[in-house]
Amino acid sequence: MKKPEEVFEILKNKFPEAVLELHSEQPVEPIITIEPLKINEIGLFLRDEEDLEFDSLMVLSGVDDANGEKDSDDEGTEIIKGGTLSVYYHLHSIKNKHKVTLRVSVTKDQPEVESVEGIWKTANWHEREAFDMIGIKFLHHPNLTRILMPYDWPEGSHPLRKDYKNPEFYLGMKVPY
Amino acid sequence: MKSLLDTEFSDSNIVIAKADDLMNWARLSSLWQLGFGLACCAIEMMATSASHRDFDRFGVIPRNTPRQADVIIISGTVTLKMATRIKRLYEQIPDPKYIISMGSCANCGGPYWEHGYHVLKGVDRVIPVDVYVPGCPPRPEALLEGLLKLQEKIRNESLRKRIA
Ligand code: SF4
Repeated sequence: MKKPEEVFEILKNKFPEAVLELHSEQPVEPIITIEPLKINEIGLFLRDEEDLEFDSLMVLSGVDDANGEKDSDDEGTEIIKGGTLSVYYHLHSIKNKHKVTLRVSVTKDQPEVESVEGIWKTANWHEREAFDMIGIKFLHHPNLTRILMPYDWPEGSHPLRKDYKNPEFYLGMKVPY
Repeated sequence: MKSLLDTEFSDSNIVIAKADDLMNWARLSSLWQLGFGLACCAIEMMATSASHRDFDRFGVIPRNTPRQADVIIISGTVTLKMATRIKRLYEQIPDPKYIISMGSCANCGGPYWEHGYHVLKGVDRVIPVDVYVPGCPPRPEALLEGLLKLQEKIRNESLRKRIA
């Protein structure tokens, strides 16, 4: 059984470039931040390394960090500029009974994260959900399509983004109240 | 007192009635329902069908295909994705057909009225509704009342002119 701090040490020694920081002042558990395009390598290492063996991805969630700057456009309506999106990975080892939390953050302009579908199959639908709701693009995902919203929902419209605007009509049906 | 069916009529069992009354009576006593639940309200609809409330005593039997159904009870949240399917199911039901909109969600969007990006704010935006049953969820008694209201409506229909 390993503490998140020990897992962080192992990872930092193995991947000094890709592993960024340990945030240990979290209310629940420490979070390790990772380079978004290296998460697949690190995931594979965490799953296969002896004494780590994180064989279960409990949940993968997409988050809008709501840290963009509030601004207003020419007509005075409020818009949000910049800001980041994050993906959280909660891993568990059934064999070793330990847990760790990883995070990757990307900018809204280029929200690209490597997929971990090849490592934990659970990630397939979770990544589709994060794509559908937040708009994070998972590179090398086998089928990155919408999972909750209809397939023909307007492209680039992701409802859980903080700057989301409802379309006026969908297939001729009025959407707002 | 003997009931109608036990009464012997003088000549060869003939009952005389207006065609309208007979048709309406037949229709309102066998409202076959499209077996179809959408969200939490569907649980109350199922409770209404169960032995305590016994929907069956009004002739309401769930059918598994729209071709054999007379009424849809829209029991729950109508998402935009589902709305297109509901419209198709409605169109597949042969006339005469009736809609009961059950619960706030189906009536007007319910708790999703403002931030529900995925919810149609009222099923009457895609299909015509005969009876609205308010509540979140309505109790089975309320749904029964809705059904009685629908029966009342059918009782006043005429073959020559459908009251919509
Ligand atoms: S009206 Fe209330 S109980 Fe019925 S489907 Fe909506 S939220 Fe659920």
